Amino acid sequence: MRTSKAVLIADLRSSPPKSSYEFSHRCADSLDAGDHLITLFGRHEKSNRHWGTIVTAVFQTTAGELKVFRGQAEDGKHYPSLTHTYPVAQIFERELWEQTGLQPDGHPWLKPVRFEGERQQRMTDYPFFKVRGREVHEVGVGPIHAGVIEPGHFRFMCLGEKVHHLEIQLGYQHRGVEALLLRRPPMALASIVESICGDSSVAYAWGYCAAVEALSNSPVSLETDLLRGIALEMERIAMHVATLNGLATDVAFLQGGGTYGRLRTAIINATQRVCGNRFGRGWLRPGRARELSEVLRQDLIQTLTAFARDFTEINELMLASLSVKARFQGTGIVSTKTAQELGLVGVVARASGVEIDTRVQLPGRVYERFPAELITESSGDCWARMKQRMREADASVQWLLKVLGDTALDLSGSAAPDALGKPLAPETLCLSLIEGTRGPVVQVLETSSQGQLLHYKVQDPSLPNWFGLAMALRDNDISDFPICNKSFDLSYCGNDL
Amino acid sequence: MIKSILVRKSQGSQYIPDLRAANPIGFRGKPVISEAACANGCNACLAACPSRAISLDPVRIDMGRCVLCGDCEPVCPSEKLSFNNDFKLASTDRDALTISSAHPDIDPIKVSEALHKRFGRSLKLRSVSAGGCNGCEMEINALSNVNFDLGRYGIDMVASPRHADGLVLSGPISRNMADALQIAWDAIPEPKLVIAVGACAISGGIFAECNEVDRAFLDKFKPALYVPGCPTHPLSFISGILDLLGISD
Ligand code: SF4
Ligand code: SF4
Repeated sequence: MRTSKAVLIADLRSSPPKSSYEFSHRCADSLDAGDHLITLFGRHEKSNRHWGTIVTAVFQTTAGELKVFRGQAEDGKHYPSLTHTYPVAQIFERELWEQTGLQPDGHPWLKPVRFEGERQQRMTDYPFFKVRGREVHEVGVGPIHAGVIEPGHFRFMCLGEKVHHLEIQLGYQHRGVEALLLRRPPMALASIVESICGDSSVAYAWGYCAAVEALSNSPVSLETDLLRGIALEMERIAMHVATLNGLATDVAFLQGGGTYGRLRTAIINATQRVCGNRFGRGWLRPGRARELSEVLRQDLIQTLTAFARDFTEINELMLASLSVKARFQGTGIVSTKTAQELGLVGVVARASGVEIDTRVQLPGRVYERFPAELITESSGDCWARMKQRMREADASVQWLLKVLGDTALDLSGSAAPDALGKPLAPETLCLSLIEGTRGPVVQVLETSSQGQLLHYKVQDPSLPNWFGLAMALRDNDISDFPICNKSFDLSYCGNDL
Repeated sequence: MIKSILVRKSQGSQYIPDLRAANPIGFRGKPVISEAACANGCNACLAACPSRAISLDPVRIDMGRCVLCGDCEPVCPSEKLSFNNDFKLASTDRDALTISSAHPDIDPIKVSEALHKRFGRSLKLRSVSAGGCNGCEMEINALSNVNFDLGRYGIDMVASPRHADGLVLSGPISRNMADALQIAWDAIPEPKLVIAVGACAISGGIFAECNEVDRAFLDKFKPALYVPGCPTHPLSFISGILDLLGISD
């Protein structure tokens, strides 16, 4: 198995799936050794006229290597749950159960992830956790919320104003993305991929392009990849600023709301000048990326320089505001230990002191050439998540200015190898990891013996992180839910697919 | 205090005075279909289109389906297709959303006298995302930011459907959201209207073929306004709604 940084290619012919027993053991050994479970999922397969399930798990070892385990089981088979011992597996085993019917015995929290397949429209069947007692009351909100946001249901089990437990029920945005991705030619999926989680279009598009390029052995030039890096960091700035805007508005720090709103507009309008769309859609395609003319390069440098000055100014103001401090400090704490146990990823994990960032650990050639800084906070509260976003957006600006200012680079016309005609390698598994704004966007593509796409697994960083939000709320006042939720700023559609 | 004043100074004045005359530089908006003849038997644009928006003989693009991805432009050997930054894409009529070389523009929206009278000075809208990707939702949010400031025309997004005059629908309508959408709609007092925002809401867009989508709601309630895009550009929404309500500056 060859690992080329954040893209893993595995030839499946040389490694047939193991028995489910052996598979579980290998996974457990890996977790014992401290490896990070990146994904675990299954798909149905018919072999010898029997339906079965092929399960794939990908780990990142402590040495930074990616490794794949595969197991197979008959349909509906029971197996001892990993979650029982390793909570990091909780959401993956739930999804595996929902998508394939494999039964993880002893899973403490076996509930639907998104009500897909036969469970569709049975949203009222959700088995909520029940807290009993004379003083206990429940508050339910959603799926439709007060603001213009995506739908999801939150149920708070409270003792007075204190939240004892928050249960999050998702699935309202489920529109069948994974199945849709198998219905079109594999090189023509860019627009669908850009709409899986529309505020992270670039991260998804890059991961998709990297995967189909690796599968068809059609490498792109370094310049093309750098253009993708530029698109991604622009997206990161825009989205972090959108969250900061929301945080400011939620605590009535109105100057923050107005200023962050304006600053985000400057960034997304610059993105539009490059690729025609404020969300970066159309910037990346298999085999290519929209290039930057000299005029556009200068335009971005100017936009970012002006942005940086005003961004620092408003950040300082927000950080010095006593009312902001009073609301955010000590609110919604997720400890480092909890974050690690639950396998939280991305910006939320880093704000809790977990040193995890794909750009640093699996840099690939873009971040090898222009390294990204590992940024963490330690307090794990709303304040830390706010500061984390300020610092990450700042670092992205500096990164961009460095790349755009490198006059040795010619970003004005990438010689595009035509990837579109080449077939995909048969019986191959390809995983790509792109560190989007929220964290690693995972996409796993598997081909058949004829080189057809057999499975397209999509995993948003929000999938493991939603449980982190539930933990953050424990013993907090229910009135602090909006700021906790905003400080996580997770994706509903990315979870629901 | 001084810092706050400095931030206020940097902020300056951000609102776009005449929204209908705005110039969103670089925006890939309205398709322009030239009269050049198609190469014999060519269907390259059709094959490139991710949302089945194109039909041939003659080449037409259904803006209710188009996601403005631009993928059809480079594949055409006759260079028939291009895009300009015209954002006036909204229509009150689903069938009028189709563009061809013979019908190059979306017909201007006719002011509805009834709507002008009723909502011309105040329109409160409840946004419901039903399977949206958060693209349209973020652009609906942007309507009330410091640049677009739609509130200046008395058009606001409100929290409760009971306070709303209409529903702004985004997303293709996932089955899992169908009931909640209906409940929200039922909670809006009459008279009320639906505005379909984005290719998803208008036609199912990129998700039109998904089994997980159930569009029965729109069979019952016909939108008063269709606003194309993926996501809808705030200016498309604004020009559409202002024209429909007959609001001038
Ligand atoms: S721009 Fe519109 S018509 Fe052209 S390929 Fe994309 S969706 Fe189809
Ligand atoms: S129309 Fe496009 S941007 Fe809007 S919800 Fe659908 S996929 Fe997302």
